[in-house]
Parts: sequence; structure tokens; C-alpha cells
Amino acid sequence: MINPAGIAAQFAELMLAVLLAPLLTGWVNQCRAWLQNKSGPDLLQPYRTLSKLFQKEVVLARNASPLFRIAPYLIFGSLALAAAIVPTLDTDLPLNAAADAIALVGLLALARLFVALAGMDVGTAFGSLGARREMMVGFLAEPALLMVLFTASLISSSTSLATIVQTLAHKEFVIYPSMAFAGVAFTMVSLAENARIPVDNPATHLELTMIHEAMVLEYSGRHLAMIEWAASLKLFVYSCMGLAVFFPWGIAHGGDWLGIVFALPTLLIKLALGGAALALIETLSAKMRIFRAPEFLGTAFLFAVLAMLVHVLLET
Amino acid sequence: MEMILLLGSPLAGAALLALYGHRDRAAELNALFSGLTFLGAVALTVRVVERGPMRVLGQQFFVDSLNMFLVTLTAFVGMTTALFSRPYMRIERDHGRVSAAGLRLYHSMYQLFSFTMLLVLTTNNLGIMWVAMEAATLTTVLLVALYRTHASLEAAWKYFILCGVGIAQALFGTILVYFAAEKVLGPGVNSLLWTHLDAVKGSLQPTVMSIAFVFLLVGYGTKVGLVPLHNWLPDAHAEGPTPVSAVLSGLLLNVALYALIRCKVITDGSLHEAGAVPFASSLMIGFGLLSVVVAAFFLSRQRDIKRMFAYSSIEHMGLITFAFGIGGPVASFAGLLHMTVHSLTKSAIFFAVGHATQKTGTQLMENIRGLIRVSPTVAWGLMLGTAAILGMPPFGVFASEFLILTQTIALHPWAAPILLGALGVAFAAIFGKVQPMVFGDTTARRLPHPPALLPVFTHLAIVLLLGLYMPPYLAEWYRQAARLIG
Amino acid sequence: MLSHYGPQLINLLAAILLLLAFAMLAQRRMLSLINLFAAQGFVLFLTTTLVATLTGQHHLYWSALLTLGLKVLLLPWILHRLIRRLKVKWDVETLINIPTTMLVGIVLVVLAFNLALPITELAGTVTRSTLGIALASVLLSFLMMITRSKAIPQVIGFLSMENGLFFAATGAVYGMPMVVELGVGLDVLVGALILGIFIFEIRERFDSLDTRHLEKLKEH
Repeated sequence: MINPAGIAAQFAELMLAVLLAPLLTGWVNQCRAWLQNKSGPDLLQPYRTLSKLFQKEVVLARNASPLFRIAPYLIFGSLALAAAIVPTLDTDLPLNAAADAIALVGLLALARLFVALAGMDVGTAFGSLGARREMMVGFLAEPALLMVLFTASLISSSTSLATIVQTLAHKEFVIYPSMAFAGVAFTMVSLAENARIPVDNPATHLELTMIHEAMVLEYSGRHLAMIEWAASLKLFVYSCMGLAVFFPWGIAHGGDWLGIVFALPTLLIKLALGGAALALIETLSAKMRIFRAPEFLGTAFLFAVLAMLVHVLLET
Repeated sequence: MEMILLLGSPLAGAALLALYGHRDRAAELNALFSGLTFLGAVALTVRVVERGPMRVLGQQFFVDSLNMFLVTLTAFVGMTTALFSRPYMRIERDHGRVSAAGLRLYHSMYQLFSFTMLLVLTTNNLGIMWVAMEAATLTTVLLVALYRTHASLEAAWKYFILCGVGIAQALFGTILVYFAAEKVLGPGVNSLLWTHLDAVKGSLQPTVMSIAFVFLLVGYGTKVGLVPLHNWLPDAHAEGPTPVSAVLSGLLLNVALYALIRCKVITDGSLHEAGAVPFASSLMIGFGLLSVVVAAFFLSRQRDIKRMFAYSSIEHMGLITFAFGIGGPVASFAGLLHMTVHSLTKSAIFFAVGHATQKTGTQLMENIRGLIRVSPTVAWGLMLGTAAILGMPPFGVFASEFLILTQTIALHPWAAPILLGALGVAFAAIFGKVQPMVFGDTTARRLPHPPALLPVFTHLAIVLLLGLYMPPYLAEWYRQAARLIG
Repeated sequence: MLSHYGPQLINLLAAILLLLAFAMLAQRRMLSLINLFAAQGFVLFLTTTLVATLTGQHHLYWSALLTLGLKVLLLPWILHRLIRRLKVKWDVETLINIPTTMLVGIVLVVLAFNLALPITELAGTVTRSTLGIALASVLLSFLMMITRSKAIPQVIGFLSMENGLFFAATGAVYGMPMVVELGVGLDVLVGALILGIFIFEIRERFDSLDTRHLEKLKEH
């Protein structure tokens, strides 16, 4: 609803996402180090990295086009918009009319497009390599993600994210095998899209193993800061999407202040648990060779299609 | 009582021969048990002729005109094949192609195979019919692989996998039939009994029954050898011992077709009530015609004599399926008659072929020549058998093929030229290949033991008899069965 | 409570069965294949017991025990022994690559669901929707049989097809009459034993378990 409470809630959600995203990344790194019996970087380290990068000078290649300079802002902008429409605290927001599952996937695709174009812009070998691989991952991950969201939409008879969350939160406890399959598919897709092990190593800079890092190799200074922030934001968006679809309890409905105040700690707890689970998966898996990535994503797609088929057959 | 003799003697024979099957007198013992089985069959026939269709042993077994003559036929051919197998396997053992343990396996599996076939024929329970069909497959797999050569292992493996997959489809079809029957008859064994199903077939759900029939056709059709599910047949016939080829062609294909016909009767009843198209019949016509045509064309390319006659079996089974698909009293009568004469003729041919291959030491037709010089009886057996199977008058095959063709022209004229063409191609191919084998310069040699030729000529004599004069009670029997099939 | 959650649990078990069928299709290692087959048998056992409790058909308890003994314990044990004695390599070789196999598998699943839909509508059991899944897992096992070139995965495909059929029987008609089930079980056991014997013979003659060696018999 377009009312002051709604607008304030929307703004709060957006700011929350933008400000909390690096914290989530820091938390995942902390957990991973803790699981591997190492003493990892501080929880607030990503903030320090970002502020350091903002203060550094931007170094541009001579043949960099205007696209190269604008791309980081575009990427950040589309991911911020995506964060705004995923219902994290409240389902009753001014942007609800645009908060469609398919639109969300479109926004994520937009971000991916610009990152790939920017990678190819300067013409280095690494950039094109990364862009190619990113597109290959995206080509397979996007249909899988769409299928997962379709399954959720079939259960709630609408593709509007708000409706999905509301329906799933209010259904009585039913064992939905289709949601179980969809959950597994979604986890696999988000691992691939966020450049996590077993698809991509966020810490590596080896040619054989890079996907995301290869595309942003040329960036420096505030551009690199925007892109790193956007990557954390992407992880945040995926986590919130997963939580909204599969664990929707705790999200407020209707713009009452009490619900929102209650939703915030719930969100933080869920994100913390999700981050720890991600760190666990990363620790337990080994990175796959690049040519196995299509197989991995094919399996994710398979799970998603199975989820939809199982829903149609067993649950109607 | 007769049923116990009928089913018990092969079972007892299997047990006994598993222990003593390699001794000198094992082959005679084998023939003895088969003879006892035949006696049981004859006694049961007499009882059925007196009393009409009857259920035995508390509804679990059922004999009527349809399966009675098949039971007698099976027992008879089983007995004559056992008589044939006596000198044949002795020669094989002398040539070193089979060991003592192999002979034990052979004899006990032979009896067990007879048991399973008779069980399929006489049981009233569709589920047990399936179990026995699968058991028959398992026993013949072991028999086909008897010689333990590369080729026989390949043939047996292919046979197992293809028939196993096919029969799994038939199980699904049976489950669907049970599913449809449960609604009308309630859960429990009664819903699988054929007699009960036959009584209520009008009230079975037509959609389910048509889907079930498709699965049953694919499943049991694999065992009948319908194209395109026939791939196992030529290999299994070529690589197994000849008595096994004879019973496979002569008996197992018939038994599988019998199972299919039982299911078709029920499906037809259910579809008829709903006023739907004769779905089952169209399917059978299609598959039958396809088998006849494909087999006829493959025939001409064969170089191995047993493979050639295996394709001939496919062709004839296709013809019979086609006849049952057309339906009506005359076509069904012709189909039943053809089942009988084909079984007798094809086993006679395989007996003659068996000894011919033993004499010449090869199965390739280009290396078998001039049998008539060394062994006139084998040569004449082969010649007459070929003439019979090709449908030359006055043999019985001519009568049944004639009836089928006239019915085709009357009811489905478009199929007649196709059938005639295929039959013509087969005639040319087989005759052209058998003629040089029988006449000309010889490559054959004498055998260490005298060949068994009584079975060959007995079978051919019966076929000739059926062609010239059909005993009235037999004709009446066929008519009754034809009426049952509808 | 069981009557409310029972059907949902059965649906869940059916979904797991389908998943196991796909997992077997995507497997690369022989040992895991056998373990997945045992897991499939266990899911079958759970389903049968659950249906027996829900519907009060006591003969299903015996059927479930038979499944447990045969498909979870005996057959995997035979297969493990076979593998150990044959000292086979642990890899499963496929004729078409795994992603393509999975795609074909999905098509088969859709086909199976379509085929089972008219029957599902007519069924009166609490487990009727599982018929489509049973047919799908039968078709997937069939796909596994024809896309594998080694003998042992083909055997496992054959056995898991039988599992699918058993599930169909339990789901659509609360299990076939006991005598039929015993017969089918016996057939399966004997079939597995014969296949085991054959695998040895093939290994002896051909020095390899690659069934592409078994394609020499052709039309002359």
C-alpha cells in the first residue's frame, strides 16, 4: 500500500539489504574459517575492504568504453532493485505490483549481462574467458531458477512474490515433496550463481578455475568496490529469496509496525543459519572441474522439473 | 486326478533328472516322463470331452475347448521331441559339444520347461499364468546357453534381457487388469481368475482395459515373436540345441499366443460393452501383418538354416495373430488349426534339420548339400516338412492358410495382396534354399548313432491327415473354441 | 494423525523413489549403484508397511517382509559378492553422456505421467497418484538398461524395473494376491541367480563384461 508506513518499510528493506550484505559475506567467511579450524578474518572485514577500495584511485585501460565505467553502477542498481522487491520483512510494500517472480529473475539476468559485457569490454583473454563461462552457467541456471519459482507459483496460484510468501506462510503444515525437490534445486542454482564451491571458488585467481573473478579482473578503485558490493548483495538476494519461498514464517503481512519489528530479528537469525549452512556445504565439497559444471546445473534443472512434475501429479 | 498326473510327472521328472540326468538311461527316463505327461493329457481330454469345460482343484485350474487341444498338443510334441532328443543328444555328447553336467541340466530343465508350459495353459489365475510364463523363459534361457560357446551365451543373454523386459510390461498389464477387475469383483484372488473375469467382462472399465491390453500385447507379444520385438528369436533358435529350437518354435510361441488370446477375449468383452472400436483386433492385425512381411523379407537373407526356419516361425505366428485379429468363427477356426499344424510341422522340420546339421557338421546352408544320397529318410523328412510349411496341398497348412486368405479377402481386402506377396516371397526363399540342400552332390557323412526319424514322419503324417480329412469331433472342438474367442 | 499424514508420507516416499531412479541413472560408480538399489528396496518396504497400516490389509505385511528380505538384503548381497569375485572396475560406462540421459529421462517421466493420468482418476485407493511414478521408474530403469554397456548395470536396471512394478501393484491395487507375489518374488530371485551365472560365463569367454562384445550375431 502506498502509505507512509509502507514507503518507510520499503526504504528500510532496501537500506537493510544494502548495508547487511557485506556482513553476510563476512559471516560466511567466518563460519568457513571456523569449520576449517582456522582463525578467519574479522566479521566486519568486508566493510573495511569496501572503504579501502573507495579511497583508491581508479585505473582504466586506454581502450575502455563508457560501458566499462557505467557497468558497476548498473549492476549494483539492478541488484539493489532486486533486493527491494524480495519480501524480507514485509509482504505489503509499494513495489508489490512489480514484485513478480519472473521480473526478479529478469533483474538478476540484467546484472549478469552487464558483468559479462564489462568483462569482454577491455578485450583481455581473462575477461572473455570469464564472460563465456558465466554465460554458460547462466544459460543453465536461469531455467532451473524459473522452474523452482514456477513450482512455488503453482502451489500459490500466482507469480507475485508477495502472494507466494503469504500463501506458503499460511498453509497448514503439509509435507510437500515438490518443495523438497525445489529446495535442493534452488540450493544448487544459488551455489552456481554466487560463484561458490563447488562451481567456482571466490578466492581463486587461477585461470583454470575462475568464473566470476575473471570478469572483474580489470576493475579497480570505487568500481571494484561497487562490483564487490554487488556480489555480496547478490548473495543476500538469493538467500532472502530462498528464505521467503521455503521458510516464509516470520515475515510480516500488512504494514503493521509490530510485525516488521518482529520480522527483523527473525530475518537475522534465518540469515545467520543460512550462512552457516552455506559455509558447511562449501567446506564439505570440492570444486568441480569446469566441464562438469553443466552436469551439475543440469542436475539442478532436473530436480526443478521433477519438483514441478511431482507437484502436478501428486499434489493436485 | 488327471491334472495331478499331467502336472506332476514333469515336475517329478525334473527333480529326478537333476540328479541322474547324465547317466546312460537318462534320455529314456526323459522320454518316459514325457510319455506319462502325455497320458495325463489324454486322460484329461477324455474327461473334458465327457463333461465339458471344467474347473479343477478348486477353481485354480480351468480346462475348456481352447486350452485342451493345446495341452494335448504340448504334451504330444513334448513326448516326440523327447524321443528325438535321445539319439540327438547322444550324438552331441559323442561329438563333445556337451558335457555330463550339461546333460543333467538339459534333461531336468526340459522337464521343468514342460511343467511351466502346461501350468500356463491350464491355470485359471492370470497372475500365475504370468509367473509360469516367466519361469518358462528362465528354463529356456538355461537351455539355449547349453553349449557355452560365444554365440550361445550372446543368444541367451539377449533372450533373457529382451524377454525379461517384455514380460515386465506384461506384468504391468496384468496389474492393470487386476485393477479394473477389483472394482467389479472386489479384492482377492477371485479378481485374477479368468473364468470370473470372463463372466463380468462387460462391466470392466474400457479405458483401463485398453491400456492394459497394449502392455499385455507388448509383453506376451515379445514371447510370441511379433515384429519389432522379435530380435531374440532367431539367435535363440540358432544357438540352442535342436530339440530346444523345436520346442521353442513348436510350443512356447503357441503358449504365449494362448495367453494373449485369453486377455484379448476379456478386453474385447469390455470394449464391446462400451461400444468402442475393436481396438485389440486392430492391434493384432497390425502386428501380425508386420511380422509376416518383415519375416518374409528377412528370410531371404539368411545363411544359417536354423535362423531361416526361425524367421519362418515368426512369419507363421504373425499369420496366426493376424487371423485372430480378424476374428469371426472362420478366421478363429483357421487360426487354431494353423497353431496345431504349424507346431507339428515346424518341430518335424527341426528334427530333420537337427540330424542334417549333425551329418554335415555345420549350420550354414551353403555347406549342406545332397542329403538324399547319404540319408534318404532325413532328406525326405526335410523336403516334405518344407513343402508342408510352405502351404502346399494336401498338407494341413494349406487348409488353414486358405481359410485365412479367404477371410482376409472377405473382411479386409486391402491386406490380401500384402499377405499373398509375403507368403510368396517366403515360398521362393525357403524352397530355393532347401532344394540344393536335399539334392545334388553330398557333403554329409554317417552318424555314430542312427537318427530318430519316427517323430518326423509321425508329425508329418498327422499334418497330412488334418489337411485331407478333419475328424468331426476335432472340428467341433475347434468351432467351440472359435466361438469362445469370438 | 497417521490417517492425515499417511497419504502425504506415501507421496513423499513415491517422490523419493523417483529420485532414486534418477540417481541410479546418473551414477558413475558400480558400488553406489548397488547401494541405491538397496535403498530403493527399503523405500518400497516402508511404503508397503505404511499402506498396510493405513488400509488394514494384513497380507501386505508379509509382502513387505518379503521385499525386505529379498530386495534389501539378499539381492544386494548377491550383487556385492558378484562384484568382489569378478574384481570389476568401479566405473559404469555409458553409451550416451549423462546430461543427455537425464533429459531423455525427464521426457520419459512426462510420458509416464500422461499415460497414468486416466487410470489415476479411476482409482479408489489412497495411493492412486503413485501409479504414474511407478510407471515412470519402470521406464527409467528401462532407459538405464539400454544406455549401459556393462553387464552388471543392465542387471541392476532389470531388477529395479521389477521394483517399479511392485510399487505399481502396491500403489494401485494394494498389492496382488499373495500367491502371485510369492511367484513373482521367486521368479526375480531365480532370474537374478541365472544372470549371475551368466555374468561369470561371459567373463570367462570374453574376458570382459562389456556387452558390446555380445553383438556379434547379426543377419548374415
